[in-house]
Amino acid sequence: MSASLHYQLRCRECKTEWGNQPISFCQNCFAPLEVTYDLEEIGNKISKDEIARRSPNLWRYKELLPLPENHDESLPVGFTPLVEARHLGSHCGSKSLYIKNDSVCFPTLSFKDRVVAVALAQARNFGFEVVSCSSTGNLANAVAAQAARGGFRACVFIPADLEPAKILGTNIYGAQIVRIDGNYDQVNRLCSQIADKHRWGFVNVNLRPYYAEGSKTVGYEIAEQLGWRLPDNVVVPMAGGSLITKIHKAFRELIQLGLVEEKNVKFFGAQATGCSPISSAVKAGRNEIQPQKPSTIARSLAIGNPADGFYAAKMISGSGGWAEDASDPEIVEGIALLAETEGIFTETAGGVTVGAARKLYQQGRIKPEQTTVLCITGNRLKTTDALAGRFNTSEPIPPKLAAFEEYLERELEPAQAAGAAR
Amino acid sequence: MNINVSIPTAFRRHTEGVANYSASAASLPELLDALSQRFPELKPHLRDDEGRVRRFLNIYVNDEDIRFLGDDYRFSDGDEVTLVPSIAGG
Repeated sequence: MSASLHYQLRCRECKTEWGNQPISFCQNCFAPLEVTYDLEEIGNKISKDEIARRSPNLWRYKELLPLPENHDESLPVGFTPLVEARHLGSHCGSKSLYIKNDSVCFPTLSFKDRVVAVALAQARNFGFEVVSCSSTGNLANAVAAQAARGGFRACVFIPADLEPAKILGTNIYGAQIVRIDGNYDQVNRLCSQIADKHRWGFVNVNLRPYYAEGSKTVGYEIAEQLGWRLPDNVVVPMAGGSLITKIHKAFRELIQLGLVEEKNVKFFGAQATGCSPISSAVKAGRNEIQPQKPSTIARSLAIGNPADGFYAAKMISGSGGWAEDASDPEIVEGIALLAETEGIFTETAGGVTVGAARKLYQQGRIKPEQTTVLCITGNRLKTTDALAGRFNTSEPIPPKLAAFEEYLERELEPAQAAGAAR
Repeated sequence: MNINVSIPTAFRRHTEGVANYSASAASLPELLDALSQRFPELKPHLRDDEGRVRRFLNIYVNDEDIRFLGDDYRFSDGDEVTLVPSIAGG
């Protein structure tokens, strides 16, 4: 490792070290690169007390992120609420259930704000003027917003038929949007080819090893917010399979640093039934991924050829966990259940997580007394079309007390009406 | 069958800098054999010890992932084949 930096890229397979540069795969064997750290050096710099003194955002874990010197910490990304979910818990049969609520992540209301914060710090370090990505929507929002603030030009690539709210939520920041007549996997392939030819900072192509590390902060926060202890289980939605592997990495690092006690956390992956290449692999007892053609309302998870699918499936099985999937109706029910029980209105990916978690409790794979965290990664406002037609608009009534009394008689149960009259 | 193969930058260190290669092959195994013969340094990066396509290499035929075309897919004359490292996205 260089004298000034405590991290560098290393091949996950052949272990060749590559220093720090904008590449995502080993130039020898083409396997993925991963950021490795000098944890011994980091251990001398941070402690629970030191972290507690810092501002409540993801920069409080900066030693554990691949950040260049003099990076900008002015945007308070991350440190989202960890909410105890008693009502959802009793519905599922759990005595200790928590929601990690990244649907309120700053600034664009998804966990993608975390990865982009790290990726753009490196984009500046490497001298990129244009930042880019392939996206199912949330990432495009995050890249566009943080590029606007950071003074980058943003050019993002999306499948043409994304939810309108996700397209608008990219347009507004002045980003160039290239709509591709194809699915996400085709967009992704095109971006790999563009990144091979143009000197752009693609956060999830050539900057991907740095970008992906931002997801670890979900894991650090869960541990810190539980009082520096690890949960028994986590349930994580899976698209490319990166987030779940990075939460695992975060927990392992905290154990190695002595910040939490050793524990074998079980990891549970959640996918949509209409796009389930990773959960299908786990259920079949294999790690190799068979790609799929996605067909699901959970557009943010619609990746049929997941880059980290192999590692996600392997890690889940190795942890003693499992993977489940939720159908489109179950996704909508999951969204409604989380809203009705906990007052949290998530996007379709959150419906996938809740829907899968319900099955995992029913199957007895997650035990009632164990502490379990569900990762909710995105916000309702972006996927309201998934709920179109679920609710009827009620007829207005005149602004008269008599009209309201009549309404009460007509619309509410007699017992409720009596209660309301007290 | 004449197939046009696009080789990404990172792979070209194993192909003497060749970016586009015209191969004669009727199937994927034949194509990989032809590439391995022409570029011996590329050979170990195409297939593993058991002869399977490397996990982190995606192969597209005219924009379609070859895994969707079936194991017995036969090339047509003029097919465009693209090799792409699989580590991107998500």
